[in-house]
Amino acid sequence: MTKLNMVKALNLALFQEMERDPDVVILGEDVGVDGGVFRVTDDLQRKFGSQRVIDSPLAEAAIIGTGVGMALYGLRPVCEIQFSGFAFQCFHQIENHVARYRLRSQGRFACSMVIRMPYGGGVRALEHHTESEEQFYAHIPGLKMVIPSGPRNARALLAAAIRDPDPVVFFESKALYHAAKEEVPPESETFPIGRAQVAREGGDLTLVAYGAMLRVAREAADVLQAEDGVAAEVLDLLTISPLDRETIVASVAKTGRAVVVHEAPRSFGPGAEIAASIMEGAFLRLEAPVRRVAAHDVSFVGFAREKANVPDVARVVAAARETLAF
Amino acid sequence: MAKTMAPQKATGPALDPGLVRKLLTDMLLIRRFEEKAAEAYALGKIGGFLHLYIGQEAVAVGATSALRPDDYVISAYREHGHCLAKGSDPKRMMAELFGRRDGLSHGKGGSMHLFDKSVNFLGGHAIVGAHLPVAAGVAFAIKYEARDQVIVCYFGDGAVPQGEFHESLNLAALWKLPVIYLCENNRYAMGTSTDRALAQTQIWKFGQTYGIPSEKVDGMDVFAVRDVVGRAVERARRDTTPSLIEADTYRFRGHSMRDPAGAVYRTKEEVEHEKERDPIALLRQRALAGGALTEADVRAIEKDVSDRIDEAVAFADASPEPPAEGLFTDIYKEG
Repeated sequence: MTKLNMVKALNLALFQEMERDPDVVILGEDVGVDGGVFRVTDDLQRKFGSQRVIDSPLAEAAIIGTGVGMALYGLRPVCEIQFSGFAFQCFHQIENHVARYRLRSQGRFACSMVIRMPYGGGVRALEHHTESEEQFYAHIPGLKMVIPSGPRNARALLAAAIRDPDPVVFFESKALYHAAKEEVPPESETFPIGRAQVAREGGDLTLVAYGAMLRVAREAADVLQAEDGVAAEVLDLLTISPLDRETIVASVAKTGRAVVVHEAPRSFGPGAEIAASIMEGAFLRLEAPVRRVAAHDVSFVGFAREKANVPDVARVVAAARETLAF
Repeated sequence: MAKTMAPQKATGPALDPGLVRKLLTDMLLIRRFEEKAAEAYALGKIGGFLHLYIGQEAVAVGATSALRPDDYVISAYREHGHCLAKGSDPKRMMAELFGRRDGLSHGKGGSMHLFDKSVNFLGGHAIVGAHLPVAAGVAFAIKYEARDQVIVCYFGDGAVPQGEFHESLNLAALWKLPVIYLCENNRYAMGTSTDRALAQTQIWKFGQTYGIPSEKVDGMDVFAVRDVVGRAVERARRDTTPSLIEADTYRFRGHSMRDPAGAVYRTKEEVEHEKERDPIALLRQRALAGGALTEADVRAIEKDVSDRIDEAVAFADASPEPPAEGLFTDIYKEG
C-alpha cells in the first residue's frame, strides 16, 4: 500500500488504464508537456507519447467534439476541461452529442468517453474557477455524473469511468486534490458507478453528501456525536447520476431524518432530487422534513465571501439539530 | 481516375457509361426520395420538419463517388442525400423519416439524425457547425489506428460563422488529419444570405488562413465535384492532409417545409434562374449528347428509381409504430 493524495491517485488511474488499453487517449489544454493545470496528467506524455496524451488548442468545444469523433471510431478518450466553469463553451457538445449518440443510432454508435473537470470552491478563486455545476450534467439522460470524495475512490472510479460503455462526466474537487493522503492499493481496482457508500453508520439521522462536502458531513457527524450524543449516518454518493436511490432510501427508512449537503446552489440542485426520492421511497418513515444545506441561490461572488456561500460544518450541524428537534 | 473526369463539357472526352449511369441513378434516387418525402410530409406522415436536398444532388453524389465504401461521412441536418449516396437503404431511411420501427434507428433519430453504421454514415446533426469537430475526432482516430480511411464532413454556409468551423479547421490543419471539409454553399442560412452573414463570402478562402488546400467547385457539376473531392481524398490518404472545399450550389426548395418555396428572402426570378443549372438536367444532357446513355437508358433509370422510391414509401407505410417501451432503451448500455 502506498499513501497518495487525490492528484497522484488520479494520475495512477490514468497511467494504469493507458497501459491496460491502447485505445485510451488523453486530450485537453496543457495536459501533455505541462502535465495539466493541477498536474493530474503529469509525466504521462513522456510515458505514452504526444499521440496519446494530446495537447489541444484552447478550444473547449473542439476538445469535446473531437473526443466524440474519437469515441465513435472506437477510441476511449479522456478529455480534460481545465475548470468546470469553462465547460459551457462545450456544453452543447456534451448535451447534444456525447449524451445522445446511443439513442439516435439505436445503440450502434456510442460515446464511451470520460470528461474530467476540476470543480468546486475552497481554493480562494473567482467565479468560473469555483463553481459547482453537477446539476446540469446530472439532469441529462445518457450521461453518468461521478464525483469522488477521496484518493482511493477517485482512482477506482476514474478507472471504472474509463472502462464504462457510456459517457461519464467526472468532477474532481479542487479542494480535495491535495487535502489528504490515503492508502491506495498498487494493483488496479474499480468501484461500481451508480453505487453510494455508507461512509459512517448511525441510526439517528442521515447526512447525504459527495465530493468535498463529504468531509464537511463527516465533521458535522463528529460534532453531533460529541455534543449531542447523536449517531449520524453519512452517505457518500460518489455517483450523482444515475442516483443510488436504494441506498439513500434504506438509510432514511432506518433513521427517519435526512439532511442533504452540496456545493451547487440550492434551488433545483441535486438536493431537490434526493429529497423527492426520499419522499417517494420512505415517506411514512420520515420524522421530519428533509433539509438541504447548499450554496445559496447566488452567482459565485469571489473568494472573499466564499466561506459564507459554501456549506460548512456549522451550517450542517444547525440543520441537523433543527431536523432532530422537529 | 478523377483526372480524366475533370470538368468536361458535353463536347469533351467520352464519358464512362457505367459511371454516368451510377451518378445519374444516385442523383435521381435522391431527387425522387425528397419529392416523395415532401408529399409524405404534406400528408402528415413525417414529423420534425424536413430539409430537402433538391438541387444539391451533384455534391453528395460526386463526392461519394470518390470515396471507398469504408470511408466515413458525417453531415448536418440536410443529410438525406448524403446518406443515400453513401449507400444506405432508402426503405429504412424513409421508415426513419416516418418514425417507424423499421427505420434506421427505429424512428428515434428522424429526418435530421440519420445514422447507418453499415455504410459508415456517422449521422445527421441538427446543431449547425457542431459536427465539424466530431469529424476531426474521427480523422484523428483513423490516423491513430494507422488506417488509410478518410472522412468527408458536409456542412452548409450557415456553419461558417460558427466558432466550431474555425476551431475544427485549425485543429485539422494543426494535427494534419485526413478530413475533407465540404461546404455546400447554397447561399442561404435559412433566410439569411451569405453576404448578410459573412465578412468573407468566398468560403474556401478560410482554408488558406489555416494553410490547407482549399478550392471552390461548381456544385452543380457532378464531375467537377468528383474531381475536386477525388484529389482531396488522395491527399488525405497519402499524407493525411485536410482540405476545405466550397461547392457552389443552390437549394431549389425552401429551407424546410415551413417555407416550402423559400420565397421571402429570395426572388422567384433567382430561383428560376438557378434551376437552369439543375445538376440532374445537366448530367442527363451531357450523357445524351456524349452518347454515354440513350434516351431509353435514361427512361429505364428513371423508372427503376421511381419503383425503388415507391417501394420505400410502401415499406415505411407498412412498418409499425415503434413499441412504447422503446422510449426507455438505448439511453445507457443495457445488460
